[in-house]
Amino acid sequence: MTRPALLPAGTRVRVRLDWPETRGPCHIRTPYYLRGQEGVVERPLGRFRNPEQLAFARPAEELALYHVRFDLRRIWPEADADLLVELFETWLEAA
Amino acid sequence: MILTDLDEHDILKGLRTLLAQKGIAGPAEIAERIVQTDAANPGQGAAMVARAWTDPPYRALMLADGTKAAEAMGIPMRGLPPLGVLENQPGLHHLVVCTLCSCYPRAVLGYPPFWYKSAAYRAKAVRSPRALLREFGTELAAEVAIRVVDSTADYRWMVLPQRPAGTEGWDAARLAAIVREGDMIGVTIPSA
Repeated sequence: MTRPALLPAGTRVRVRLDWPETRGPCHIRTPYYLRGQEGVVERPLGRFRNPEQLAFARPAEELALYHVRFDLRRIWPEADADLLVELFETWLEAA
Repeated sequence: MILTDLDEHDILKGLRTLLAQKGIAGPAEIAERIVQTDAANPGQGAAMVARAWTDPPYRALMLADGTKAAEAMGIPMRGLPPLGVLENQPGLHHLVVCTLCSCYPRAVLGYPPFWYKSAAYRAKAVRSPRALLREFGTELAAEVAIRVVDSTADYRWMVLPQRPAGTEGWDAARLAAIVREGDMIGVTIPSA
């Protein structure tokens, strides 16, 4: 099986607007405040086993992890900063 | 069985037994890791920073691969999350937080300071970082942009601060002595 190509730096992405917490027990590494927000891929960080599966000792596939940059002012006007955050490919969609 | 009704020593003993039985970690490895964890301290990160300030190829290695740069200083990194290093620049200041929990580059900085895990720090870091820095006595010039680094997953992040003015000609040992843990989290900046 060939893996999809990594998203290059500069790719515009949107964090999925999804709340798995409302559907049952889960372990999510995507902060609430970024759900539905648009950002830009800073760089790929490599592949890591899916923590959402690992946390429950289930078989965990490797996922691409990205450093994604956001403008925090679009979330909180007083923030006056941007943000770098690690996000897994399964949480990112084209923006 | 209710876990919280059990004696904590029995739980620990059971956990150690299972780790050994399943071949995850034996007593010797656990003892070694406890020694390494307890020995880790901000002086290790400070030594890395001081070397980066005085040794350009090392600085390049540190920014490209923090884990290799830590290992080059004799810091054990085997089996630990990769270390990423973010360099402050004249117009850009980094501030590290883990809004989800307490991810921290323990291998190079040791145990986190008590406030790092507080809800107040975690909330303010992303919501009003410039005001948070002021609480730590750090007043950045208005033209210096702040980049908050929310440590959410498999990396651990440390900040490479800017070398302060007035340290010209200092050797690495003297430079390391002025680098504090907060400088490598990004809540403070070092001064001569």
